[in-house]
Amino acid sequence: MAADAAPAAPTGAGLFLPRPYTVRSRVEETADTVTLALEPPPGERVPPFRPGQFNMLYRFGVGEVAISICGDTGRSDELVHTIRSAGKITAALARTAPGQSLGVRGPYGVGWPLERAPGRDVVIVAGGLGLPPLRPALFELLRHRDRYGRIEVIYGARSPKDLVYYGELQRWRARADLRFQVTVDAAGRDWYGDVGLVTARLPDARFEPARSVALLCGPEIMMKLTAQALAARGVPEDAIFLSMERNMKCAVGLCGHCQWGPDFVCRDGPIFPYEAIRERLALREA
Amino acid sequence: MSFNGGSVGAAQHPFLRELPAAFVERIARHARERTYAAGDLILREGDLADRFVLIFAGKVALEVVSPERPRLTIQTVGPGEILGWSWLVAPFRWRFDARAVKATRVLEIEAAPLVRALDDDPRDGYRFLRRLVPVMGERLEMARLQILDVHGG
Repeated sequence: MAADAAPAAPTGAGLFLPRPYTVRSRVEETADTVTLALEPPPGERVPPFRPGQFNMLYRFGVGEVAISICGDTGRSDELVHTIRSAGKITAALARTAPGQSLGVRGPYGVGWPLERAPGRDVVIVAGGLGLPPLRPALFELLRHRDRYGRIEVIYGARSPKDLVYYGELQRWRARADLRFQVTVDAAGRDWYGDVGLVTARLPDARFEPARSVALLCGPEIMMKLTAQALAARGVPEDAIFLSMERNMKCAVGLCGHCQWGPDFVCRDGPIFPYEAIRERLALREA
Repeated sequence: MSFNGGSVGAAQHPFLRELPAAFVERIARHARERTYAAGDLILREGDLADRFVLIFAGKVALEVVSPERPRLTIQTVGPGEILGWSWLVAPFRWRFDARAVKATRVLEIEAAPLVRALDDDPRDGYRFLRRLVPVMGERLEMARLQILDVHGG
């Protein structure tokens, strides 16, 4: 599916009704993070989605939580989600074994605005578990590589042990048409890469600020600092996009749990232009 | 440690580039280029901080060592950056180890004549500190943000 074709959000009964997907594979990325590949019910295909959208995943009898879609938009036979075990529901989801079922409803939210990227340089900055929501965007950019200028990716994690998609990282870093920097907060002697914050790697990134689009995902403080650094370098504030995280419940802008200023993060986000939220990021309480 | 004939390239380093040519020429007389292989220790915590080190190529890990835990890299620095300022601040001992992660080329300026040059002309000293303080501030901010677990989510 082309990234610029906006898939329809679920309507009617599909709005709240999860479909039973079966876990096809489970990969342990780190000590607390797994990647699940999910197979749709027999005779069904994965609904089209945009990079940056999320699904509501339901572990029956435990609860439901919003998780970004991390797979390739080109695959309609499986859904991929990377899940960190951080609470009761995510822990139950992360324990789900191949062959077991999960409820899935979605996709929801607006995606990364890749339609803004052709002819421009693309800067992707991910912190921690911010890489999975950016992965479909990277797949899309690489699938149509000739449409874009330089692609710079900076990925930061707490330590080498916290890096996800380790094998894929090696392949991305080996590509000549993509620059992929990895940095960690601290490391032992067996780490030969960079140590420091993602913002410290920005001066090494090669892009033309005025004609760049930046996609950021990670802890809010990381995105805020990175957006400030990119804006200071000359990237227009309406070309810097952040993926926000709030407590999403209904996923369709009805329940109000994820209201953030005038927006519902589930419906109006989770991706917002920096220009629209800069002042909200500076609020001491939100 | 002896220093001689290390003026090659001093003025090209970003840290020194905008400083007065006469000042750079003066301190470069006490500089020498050095290369380190991957794994070589460049600075050792506790040793006398007797030189100002400017990195031209390669990558250097700043490491902290404590008896009860493995050696930990807290930051890496590269071309265009500098190592430490302990040579300027009492007790003039390095506060960390610095180890070459890969083949690294640096310029090392002897500390004593550098400090004399800074003292002799306070305007040069001020200009030099205006270059150094932002580096110190940046590294302090990095340390603060690492405490905030900026990459943790």
